[in-house]
Amino acid sequence: MIKDPIKEGLAAGWAVIDAATLERDLEIEADVAIIGSGAGGGVTAEILAQAGLKVAIIEEGPLASSTDFRMREREAYPQLYQESAGRQTLDKSITILQGRCVGGGTTINWTSSFRTPPRTLGYWKNSLGLNSMDEAELAPWFQRMEERLAIAPWPVAPNENNDLLRRGCEKLGIASGAIQRNVKGCWNLGYCGMGCPTNAKQSMLVTTIPAALERGATLVHRARVARLVLARDRVVAVEANGIKGNGATPSSHRVRVRAKHFVLAAGAIGSPGVLLRSNAPDPSLTLGKRTFLHPTVISAGVMAQKVEGFFGAPQTIYSDHFLDSQALDGPAGYKLESAPTHPILVGITLPGFGEEHARWMAQFPHVQVTIALLRDGFHADSPGGRVMLRSDGSAVLDYAVTPYLWEGARRAYLTMAQIQFAAGARTVMPMHENARGTNSWREARAEIEGLPLRALATRVMSAHVMGGCAMGREPRSSVVDESGCHHQLGNLSVHDASLFPTSIAANPQLSIYAVCARLATGLAKSLRPA
Amino acid sequence: MPTRRQFIKVGIAGAALLAAARYLDRPLAATADAYRVLDDNAAKIVRALVPVVLAGSLPDEEAARAHIVSEVLAAFDRAVSGLAPAIQEELAQLFSFLHFAPSRLAFTGLWTPLDEAPPADVKAFLTRWRHSRFDLQRQSYEALTQLIQASWYDNPSSWKAIGYPGPPAVAQRP
Repeated sequence: MIKDPIKEGLAAGWAVIDAATLERDLEIEADVAIIGSGAGGGVTAEILAQAGLKVAIIEEGPLASSTDFRMREREAYPQLYQESAGRQTLDKSITILQGRCVGGGTTINWTSSFRTPPRTLGYWKNSLGLNSMDEAELAPWFQRMEERLAIAPWPVAPNENNDLLRRGCEKLGIASGAIQRNVKGCWNLGYCGMGCPTNAKQSMLVTTIPAALERGATLVHRARVARLVLARDRVVAVEANGIKGNGATPSSHRVRVRAKHFVLAAGAIGSPGVLLRSNAPDPSLTLGKRTFLHPTVISAGVMAQKVEGFFGAPQTIYSDHFLDSQALDGPAGYKLESAPTHPILVGITLPGFGEEHARWMAQFPHVQVTIALLRDGFHADSPGGRVMLRSDGSAVLDYAVTPYLWEGARRAYLTMAQIQFAAGARTVMPMHENARGTNSWREARAEIEGLPLRALATRVMSAHVMGGCAMGREPRSSVVDESGCHHQLGNLSVHDASLFPTSIAANPQLSIYAVCARLATGLAKSLRPA
Repeated sequence: MPTRRQFIKVGIAGAALLAAARYLDRPLAATADAYRVLDDNAAKIVRALVPVVLAGSLPDEEAARAHIVSEVLAAFDRAVSGLAPAIQEELAQLFSFLHFAPSRLAFTGLWTPLDEAPPADVKAFLTRWRHSRFDLQRQSYEALTQLIQASWYDNPSSWKAIGYPGPPAVAQRP
């Protein structure tokens, strides 16, 4: 039998409030109010609580735990994801997979753990003047979070879905590597994206959040932040609404948290959204801008043998060859990984409908999926998107894939097809409405070179939203300073992926953990002078 | 699904038609009893789209087929209820626009209501939308087909044909 550490903690008396069931308005006082419980909020909560500060965490999503994680897409997507895993950019051309639950994205991610690539840090330091983003200075913070979250090489053989990527790269002489994972005693089930049913994944849900609650922190979940209450250059309080059962609409009861300091960690759509709704000062006009996605294109290879990409750790092999071989200011580079196959995910990604679609689905257990994550934000022709507010106040990202990125997407489709054929694919199908699939590398090249790469024909996904509250030395070109503090609002910090001034060019969780651990440690010192 | 930006792309006439569809259609529509968010007109439209979007996947036998179509429709309704309110509103607009005869004729080419149209005609308009030069039509095609596909593949009845054994058994403390 598997223990449920959340149910045990609740029974032991953790201060946890479900705002969806409030019968009256709620007022809370704390030293620090943290908005969001994902990678940034979770790490920050633990460090501040350990420093003896009274912490209140406000989370939009529900407190779900291993007992609830039944490995079913139909339950997990509405429960644990923003907009039921159907969040899209403004023109609906990019689907964004983003967490909305206690633990945020870390509860539903695929456990891939990479330190921030040295080239990304070098660009931030040398081109953007972020002196604190020094590889050697950050190294102990990476090490600390790797130890805290059991991030280590994965000792089990990759599943066939990942091993095909490895073998295809090997045949072509393309370097690939093994992905480190944040797991302890992983059962190798393959359902990380639906919440870990065995608590092996060292997400915020089972590590930092329980640690903060043990230290007396308060967690308010199913509470969507409406706005920060501002008085001149200070934040006075944060106001949130309980949300109703399906999570789409607010209930009538309000939560108000007053604190000395506020940490925004609502993710790179949520955090700019809160600041925009609060009419926060934005003299540099950069708030919500330069938002990046690692726009991801997808290729399916149909193998003779069974692949069964629904079983086994979802991401264990990667290749950075097409990042490393491109200059940052040259044509767009991309990272190659595999993606797990689950019926809904594959069903909505395969193009077409009717018999055509059914024929592809009939091959489901034989499908190998390779994805290419495009590096955005380093080149003048890749300025990212903009978070804006709809008329109802909800945040939405407007992101146009530029011709520069489409060119990278075409090369990525070619690369993926070549690797899949090298690994033994009978058929390769780029995930694009105009593709028909081909049976040889020669035919694939002709098909891909002829594809009209445009929005709403090319399937583009993202699981990594970054930027929008950029860190910078100059208040005239950034939102927060190098300590994570807002340039204009003295008692507000931003601790999440929205800090990053470009994309990371790797799965971002470990970058968020390490950077936020460092910022939170600095914040704890400033709030509690020794 | 229409947004102000796309109205410009389909032209002023299209925008006027959409507005008319919304205005004239809405007072008749209320959420149908059986559903969380779909009204009767929307449910009829989805019911007509399902056999076309899932052609090649549904059982041949009449009663089994009708049962599955109803399940997909219920799952579609649940899926829409989990989307952002702004997106739900856009979908409601899309259904109004597919229900209101002038806008339906203009954008699908179908004079007959969707639930009376031959499946071949429904397939033909979805195919036109799939490759349309207008973002609005490609958005609408993707929204309708993907919601129906998601509503089908979340149903364990769909798994046998695609060789998916379902999630493994993990013993959990109740």
